[in-house]
Amino acid sequence: MTLAQIVFYLLATFTLVMAWLSVSARQLFRSAIWLLFALVGVAGIYFWMEMEFIAAVQIVVYVGGVVVLIIFSIFLTNQSGDDMPLAGMRRRIAAALAVLFGIGFTALLVAGHSFTASPEKFDNEVSRIGYAMLDTGVGGYALPFEAVSLLLLAAMVGCIVIAIKDDGRGKANKETSATPEK
Amino acid sequence: MNYAQFAAFILLLPLLSFVVLGIWGRRYLSKLAPWFGTASMAAVCALSLYAAFRYFFVDGSVGGVFQPIIAMQVPWLEFGYKNLSIDLGLLLDPISVMMLVVISVVSLMVHLFSMGYMKGEDRVPTYYAFLSLFSFSMLGLVLSVNLFQIYIFWELVGASSFLLIGFFFTKPSAVAASKKAFIVTRFADLFFLIGILIMGIQAGSFDFGVLLQQLTNPASEASVAMASAGFLGLSALTWALVLIFIGGAGKSAMLPLHIWLPDAMEGPTPVSALIHAATMVVAGVYLVARLFPVFQLDALAMQVVTWVGASSALFAAVIACTQTDIKRVLAYSTMSQIGYMMFSLGVGGQGETAALGYTASMFHLFTHAFFKSLLFLGAGAVIHFVHSNDMRDMGGLRRLMPLTHISFLIGCLAIAGVPPFAGFFSKEEILLAAWQSNKLVYYLALFTAALTAFYMFRLYFMIFWQADKQYHHHSEGTLSMKLPLLLLALLSISAGFVPFSQFVSADGRATATHMHWQFSIAPVVLVILGIGLAAWLYRQQNDKPAKLAASLGSFYKGAYRKFYFDELYLFVTHRILFKMIGKPAAWADKQLVDGAVNASGDATLAAAQAIKGWQSGKVQQYLLVFLLAVLLLAAVLLFFWLV
Amino acid sequence: MVPVSHMLFFSTALFFIGVYGLLTRRNMIALLMSIELMLNSVNINFVVFNKYLWPGQLDGVFFSIFIIAIAAAEAAVAIAIVINLYRSHLSVDVDDAAELKY
Repeated sequence: MTLAQIVFYLLATFTLVMAWLSVSARQLFRSAIWLLFALVGVAGIYFWMEMEFIAAVQIVVYVGGVVVLIIFSIFLTNQSGDDMPLAGMRRRIAAALAVLFGIGFTALLVAGHSFTASPEKFDNEVSRIGYAMLDTGVGGYALPFEAVSLLLLAAMVGCIVIAIKDDGRGKANKETSATPEK
Repeated sequence: MNYAQFAAFILLLPLLSFVVLGIWGRRYLSKLAPWFGTASMAAVCALSLYAAFRYFFVDGSVGGVFQPIIAMQVPWLEFGYKNLSIDLGLLLDPISVMMLVVISVVSLMVHLFSMGYMKGEDRVPTYYAFLSLFSFSMLGLVLSVNLFQIYIFWELVGASSFLLIGFFFTKPSAVAASKKAFIVTRFADLFFLIGILIMGIQAGSFDFGVLLQQLTNPASEASVAMASAGFLGLSALTWALVLIFIGGAGKSAMLPLHIWLPDAMEGPTPVSALIHAATMVVAGVYLVARLFPVFQLDALAMQVVTWVGASSALFAAVIACTQTDIKRVLAYSTMSQIGYMMFSLGVGGQGETAALGYTASMFHLFTHAFFKSLLFLGAGAVIHFVHSNDMRDMGGLRRLMPLTHISFLIGCLAIAGVPPFAGFFSKEEILLAAWQSNKLVYYLALFTAALTAFYMFRLYFMIFWQADKQYHHHSEGTLSMKLPLLLLALLSISAGFVPFSQFVSADGRATATHMHWQFSIAPVVLVILGIGLAAWLYRQQNDKPAKLAASLGSFYKGAYRKFYFDELYLFVTHRILFKMIGKPAAWADKQLVDGAVNASGDATLAAAQAIKGWQSGKVQQYLLVFLLAVLLLAAVLLFFWLV
Repeated sequence: MVPVSHMLFFSTALFFIGVYGLLTRRNMIALLMSIELMLNSVNINFVVFNKYLWPGQLDGVFFSIFIIAIAAAEAAVAIAIVINLYRSHLSVDVDDAAELKY
């Protein structure tokens, strides 16, 4: 077993353990921290695959952006310290069975399929990605890039609209927000 | 002459009046409606009289024989079976033209009379619209060219009479009476329809002309089919005729089906004059007369017609002697007189004397229409004055209502058969026809004639003589109420002098009027005896009638209670039909039919209750199901489908 | 050399761990985190396929870049919704937002 293999399995194991801890931790804040490690682990996998750009994006956007956002929201909803309620036993068992079935089924499919790695060398220089992203010709990604930039803008505006504090101008909104259901 | 336009106008004018008054009457024509209806009926009357004049004196007679004229005929519905088709058309022949005159004249009188009688009532435009509808249906009935068309108008007549009888629909008794009239006649019409179908299927035609021509020829295909087919030992012809006669008996209030007629007096009195004197109730007589040559072929059917007619005549006369409601007396007398017409048709056999019964019946129909509507309108005037139907509330009216008194007296004399009033001539002819054919019927009729005189004059004396009662004094009535009385009184006097047999006879040939003065002695003497008895009993208020009633005992009581026919019907319908058939049917309907429907509903509901938890609103549950479904589908597709 | 299928086993396991979280967690923020895990596993797949099976192309890489961008946007919107929901319901439990049930 080569070192590369050992590193991969270690990284994979680390990521899976962190992911498992993230979905099973009773405290939301801890869960977020485990998620952080899982995402870092995934970034590590990307590094292992020599996909440095993706790995960098993973760390910058996920670890630096999404997880921080999640932690903010945890603090905003005042849930950091409490234990989260467990789902019912039946729900957990059903979910576990479904998940095991899913894993087994997918693994069976994957195992039954012989993936033969291409002998070609994968050239993933960042400049290649950059040119492709701005290319308007065949194999270029200028249009999706612009679409995604628009999407991000829309999401930003949307977030502000949704999350903006109601200052009493919208009467109906105030009424509904004043009477929580439970 | 173009009869098509003529006859079509006779039908279209009342229909137009009905539509106009029915739709716009109450909103725009509330004041004008009586004038509008009356004017259109006057036009119809003029057209009818002109049509009668043209038919009888100019065009109708070909070589001394009156020919039926088909003014118009269009195929309406073709069955594709034995060339069977239903045509709509207009038929003019002696009896339909005679009926046109009778209906339009009486209807015009009733329209006129109603202007005064219905003054101040609600919904007068609606009333006139219904009158127009009725006139339209009745005119259409007599002008029909085939059995099916007659059936269509027959039902229209039934429906419009339902509307008119129930005109005062806020009165429960009027509502009940209209329902009763409709249901009883409708029940009879069921047999009529079956008869029509038998006739049509066996003879291959509904058309009167074809039917008469085919069936009176024993060698024709239709006659053979009619005679060969049979059921329960009777030929198809007998069945068809008897069933058709049952329909006619229902409309004409013959014996077992007469129960609706007395109750139908709940309608406005002019309506009774129109429907229950001159038009609708004689529809049955008209129907039998229409098919008279076919009826002649079948002795049994003729016997049925004879005996139903004769028994109804006597039965109704007996009841009429005991009733105290002025309109009910008139209703029973109508039934009795229609009985006369019926058995007169029935005794009209074959051969030389055949024509006599037929002519006599039609003649009596003709004269009866005038004097009976006169009597009804007179009764209407009296009721209008007294505000009561009960003749015990009346008395001494001859000084207060002189014109009504005179005209009513004329009507009574006419119906009693006192010479020289109209009823005398027609009744003599009927009696003569009965004498020549069936002695037993003759004696029954003779006795009934005496009874008729008795109860009519009982009515007359109780209303117009006896002691004065207290009345709210007001005038006798408007001109529009007096004028019809006057005109009808004149007609009641003069109608008998019409040489009727010149115009109407079974074979269309003019025959001489048979008048045997010696023969008239017996009926006239009996009639005068009846009048005398009535005068002796009722001219002054006294206790003789009560004593007489007491001495007759249970017979009087039975007659007073109309021989318990209503009770019998109630027993049959309520105790037997409703209880034995209606209740189980209702149970089956409620429990089984509704049960099945409800069960399917309940099952759906239960299923919904059972599975509504699936739609829990819990996202994760949905997700779980979704995930499993996707996985299973994928598994099925990959391992079982695409292999 | 690690076989491609092992990498796919790994991403499958990551994906179903995310699914498990999605099915059992009740806190909406936790659900969001599970979704992030699932998106990551998909990204790994794209990258693996691109690198080992079709090295001549860049589609897998671009897909994962866009997925990351969209996931960031999605997370932002979702958190805005969660915060708003928390304001009105004082709870971030998925089953508490049940006004439209039945």
